[in-house]
Amino acid sequence: MRRSDYLLKRTGFALITIFVAITLNFFLFRVLPGSAITNIAHVPHSSRQLQVALTREFGLDKPKWEQYLIYLKELGKGNLGISWANQQPVTSEIRTDLANTIPMLTLGTVLSILLGVGSGVIAAWRRGRTGDYGPTGLALLFYSFPTQWLGLMLVVLFASVLPISGMSDPFLVDPTMLQKLTDILKHMILPSATVALTLYGSYALIVRSSMLETLGEDYVLTARAKGLSGWAIVRKHALRNAMLPMVTLIALSLGTVVGGFILVEVVFSWPGIGQAAYQAVVQRDYPMLQGVFLVLTISVVVFNLLADLVYFKLDPRVTE
Amino acid sequence: MSEVLQDPALVAPPPKVVRFARVIRVLRRRPSAIAGGAILVFFILIALLAKWIEPYSIADQVGKVFGHPSLAHPLGLDDSGYDMLSLLIEGTKVSLIVGFAATCVSMIIGGGIGLSAGYFGGATDTVLMRITDYFLVIPDIPLMIVLAALFGSSLFNIILVIGVILWTGTARVIRAQVKTVRERVYVKRVRSLGATHSRLILQHILPQVAPLLIANTVLTVAVAIFDETALSFLGLGDPSSVTWGQLISHAFERSAISAGAWWALVPPGLCVAALTIGCYLLGQAMEDALNPRLKVAHLAPRGFRLRPLVGRGEESV
Repeated sequence: MRRSDYLLKRTGFALITIFVAITLNFFLFRVLPGSAITNIAHVPHSSRQLQVALTREFGLDKPKWEQYLIYLKELGKGNLGISWANQQPVTSEIRTDLANTIPMLTLGTVLSILLGVGSGVIAAWRRGRTGDYGPTGLALLFYSFPTQWLGLMLVVLFASVLPISGMSDPFLVDPTMLQKLTDILKHMILPSATVALTLYGSYALIVRSSMLETLGEDYVLTARAKGLSGWAIVRKHALRNAMLPMVTLIALSLGTVVGGFILVEVVFSWPGIGQAAYQAVVQRDYPMLQGVFLVLTISVVVFNLLADLVYFKLDPRVTE
Repeated sequence: MSEVLQDPALVAPPPKVVRFARVIRVLRRRPSAIAGGAILVFFILIALLAKWIEPYSIADQVGKVFGHPSLAHPLGLDDSGYDMLSLLIEGTKVSLIVGFAATCVSMIIGGGIGLSAGYFGGATDTVLMRITDYFLVIPDIPLMIVLAALFGSSLFNIILVIGVILWTGTARVIRAQVKTVRERVYVKRVRSLGATHSRLILQHILPQVAPLLIANTVLTVAVAIFDETALSFLGLGDPSSVTWGQLISHAFERSAISAGAWWALVPPGLCVAALTIGCYLLGQAMEDALNPRLKVAHLAPRGFRLRPLVGRGEESV
C-alpha cells in the first residue's frame, strides 16, 4: 500500500467513525422504544395542545428517516438544539465549557505523560530490581485509585491551602489581569493534579511494558554485546523504538482520559464540559447530553487520527 | 466418523491440560500472581460470607451520626449513623456481583465476536472487526452515561450497560489468538476429517483460548467495578443498593468531608484500589505466562545466561 493510500484510509476511518457516532446518537435518543425524546410527547396528564406542540417541536409526527435527515442537516449547520435547562443554544454552551476544560486537561495530561514516561523507562531499565519495584508499585497504586476518590482525597489533604471548588474566586475586588490569572491557576492546581496522578499510573505501566518488549529485541542484545552501557542502550536504541507502541496506546487511552476528567470536574465543580455532562444527566437535559456526547466522541476520534499521523511520521514502515 | 475423530494418532493431542498446568506452574513461581490471587480470594470470601460477618444491620441507625471509629464500630459511622464496616462488607458483595456479572456479559459478546472473527476470517472477520474498531474509539464513560441516563439505573441495567461497553478489548485479543490457533496442524487435521464448525470451535479452539479468556476476565472485573463507581458518582448508580461506588458518592454528597469524617471516604476507595491491584497482578501474570516474548534471557536481572527462547516455534503457547 502506498503512503498516501494509508493516510486516506485512516482519515476515511475517522470520518466513518464520526458518522457512526452521530447515527448512534440519533438512534439512542430518538428511535429506541421508550427513548428520551420519543417519550417527551407523552407527558402524563398533559393537555392535548401540549402534546401536539411538543410533537411538532421535535418533529415526531414525521417518519423516522425524515427526522434523521433533518437531524443531519441541522448538525451540518452546527445546530445541536436548545438546552432544556436554560434555553440557550447547546452549541454556544459547549463552546464556553470546552474553553474552560481544555487548559486544565492539557496541563494534567502533559504532566501525566512526563511522569509516566519517566517512571516507566526507569522501571524497565531496572527490571526486576528495586529501581523497578518502587516506580512500578507506585504507578500501579495510582492506576488503581478511583479518579473521584483520589480527587476527594486531595480535597481532604489540601483544602486548607488551595481552592477546591470552581475556577475563580468570586470575591476578588477589582482584580488586575495578573491577579485574575494567578487566581485561575491556583484553582487549576488540584483538578490538574488529579488528572495527572490518575493518568500517570496507566501511562507508566504502558511505557514500562512497551520498553520491555523493545529491550527483548535482538538488536538490543547486539548493542549489549558491543559493550554499550545499559543506559546508553535505553536512551539511544530502545526508547526510540518503544515510542511507537507508546503513541498508539496513549492515543487509545484517550477514551479513559475523557471519562476521568468528567469525574474530576464534578469533584472540583470545574465549569467545563464534564460538569456540563453531569448537570445534563441530573436535570435530564437531553439536547445538552446529546451534544456533549457527540463533541466528546468526535474529539477522541480526531485525537486518534492525529496519533495515527504521528505514528506515520515516526515510522515510515507503517503502510501495512 | 466419531471413532476416527477420537483416534489419538490422527488427532494430535490437544494440549489443553498441559497448557493450563503450565500456566499454573508459571504463576506459582511469581509472587505477584500469588499476591493478586490472594487479594481476589480474600474479597470473594468476604462477599460470600457477607450475610454472617456484617456486625450490624445495614438498614438501621446503630449510633451517632458520623460517629468516630471505636471498638464497637471499627470504621466509624456514616451520615445516617449506619455502621461503616457493615456497609463496606455489603458493598464488597454487591460490587463483586456487578463486576463479575458485567464481565460475563462482556466475555460473551467479546468472546463470541473474537471467536467468530478469528475462526471464519474473510468477510466475517472484516465486518466484525470494523464494528469493534468503531466501538473501541467511542469513549466508554460518556457512552455509559448516556445509556444509563436513558434506560434508568437499576442494578441490572448498570450490569448490562457496563458489559455492553467493555467487550471490545476482549474481542481483539481473542481474535488474534484464534487466528494463530486456527493455523495449527492438528486443527487442520481435525478439519480435514470433516469436523463441523461448532465441534472445531468448542472442542479444539476454545480450550486453547480459554486461559487467555480467563486472564482477560480477571482484568475486566476490575475495570467493571471501577466503572460502577464512576456511574454511581455521577448519580447513575442504583440508589437502593450498597456498592463501593455508592459509598464514595455518599461521602461526597452528604458532606462527610466537611464534617471531617474521613472514615466514610477512605475505606471504600482503598477497597476498590486493592481489588484493582489484585486483578491487575493476577491477570497480567497470566497474560505474561501466555506470552513468551518477555522470557528473553538477556533481560533477566541476574547474570547473562542465555536460555533457549521458550515456545517461539509453531507449537508455541
